Amino acid sequence: MALSREQLAMRVAQELQDGYYVNLGIGIPTLVANYVPEGIDVMLQSENGLLGMGPFPTEQEIDADLINAGKQTVTMATGAVLFDSAESFAMIRGGHVDLTVLGAFEVDVHGNIASYMIPGKLVKGMGGAMDLVAGADNIIVTMTHASKHGESKLLSNCTLPLTGQGCIKKVLTDLAFIEIKQGKFHLLERAPGVSVEEIIKLTAGELVVPEHVPEMNI
Amino acid sequence: MSGFNKVVSSYQEAMAGLSDDMTVIAGGFGLCGIPEGLIAEIKRKQTKGLTIVSNNCGVDNFGLGLLLIDKQIKKMVSSYVGENALFEKQLLSGELEVELTPQGTLAEKMRAGGAGIPAFYTATGYGTPVGEGKEVREFNGRKYIMEEAIQGDFAIVKAWKADTFGNLVYRKTARNFNPLAATAGKITVVEVEEIVQPGELDPDAIHTPGIYVDRVIKGSFEKVIEQRTVRQA
Repeated sequence: MALSREQLAMRVAQELQDGYYVNLGIGIPTLVANYVPEGIDVMLQSENGLLGMGPFPTEQEIDADLINAGKQTVTMATGAVLFDSAESFAMIRGGHVDLTVLGAFEVDVHGNIASYMIPGKLVKGMGGAMDLVAGADNIIVTMTHASKHGESKLLSNCTLPLTGQGCIKKVLTDLAFIEIKQGKFHLLERAPGVSVEEIIKLTAGELVVPEHVPEMNI
Repeated sequence: MSGFNKVVSSYQEAMAGLSDDMTVIAGGFGLCGIPEGLIAEIKRKQTKGLTIVSNNCGVDNFGLGLLLIDKQIKKMVSSYVGENALFEKQLLSGELEVELTPQGTLAEKMRAGGAGIPAFYTATGYGTPVGEGKEVREFNGRKYIMEEAIQGDFAIVKAWKADTFGNLVYRKTARNFNPLAATAGKITVVEVEEIVQPGELDPDAIHTPGIYVDRVIKGSFEKVIEQRTVRQA
């Protein structure tokens, strides 16, 4: 079975380490916050100027001056800090964020990522994604392995305009956990019940498959 | 000390001197921390041909989106412009131009513009459409593109509190681009919730020193929330 959105978030959450500063993108990455393992403390960075993001507010706690990068109302965790946008991107661009999780349309064997623009469709903008992929060393991309029509999103070369060049090393899809190195995809884990053959079939870029591919522990 | 009194009492006075084809840098992230009354005054004045530098362009009928109704904006410099149907229509018809700029680069362009730094190098956007046509330099084996600073004829800023000298304090994530915008305007106009006397703000806790600020006006704010997300108590 392909992973659900929630299961993708659970698997990403297993990569969290105690003391990590983490930036979570909009969509599936946001859900990761719900699955932080017990005994582990992470601090969430929201690029509009908050480090130490808490859960959504109660009706009574709602504050129009306190939102996340998705423009949702949020709260602050104990020990939170507020800052301006230049400071926020100094943290991001300067490589101070331990883990960045974001979505994508395509990735390729060179570590390129395309996530903000489909030519012919309206371009809404990259927001902070280009800064995040350029600045972070430890990035996990979450996306579906293939489109609804069965077209692979893991390619030899991205076809869409890039968000960043040569910056992605880990991709978690609904079918597999994949590492990118030396110009190839490397299959690390498969989703429970998903066969290696199915993953090979839906991976367009060169995929290195070890003899034994463990199932994810979800 | 009246030479340092930045307080003005009308929006006409606050935006005096703004004319067609000027560049305006605006603080705010989405609808959070936007100078609502100053935007309304630009709409009232019907200034046209504006280049607006702001992370977003508001929504239909609120924030900077108000300036689209009478086609006052010629060009937007933004990182994300997704929440606005009128924006989309004017963009597709060619009436409006947009220069998409990565969010961190946009912030740094404002910061540099206010700090007398004409350009800087960043890895953000290298090898992407953003980097096309820009100077590339290599430092320590990595490629960077040159991005130029931005200055505005005007900067419009929203702060929480000001003293009459124009020293500013922002509140929570309504800070966002506002302190950067404040430094980068030839004329910086700030709309605040409260004006206090000099000495009432803790000098250690002032976010924007009044030296950057030309005019301060007390506004009243609607503070529209874009995504009202709650959890059960």
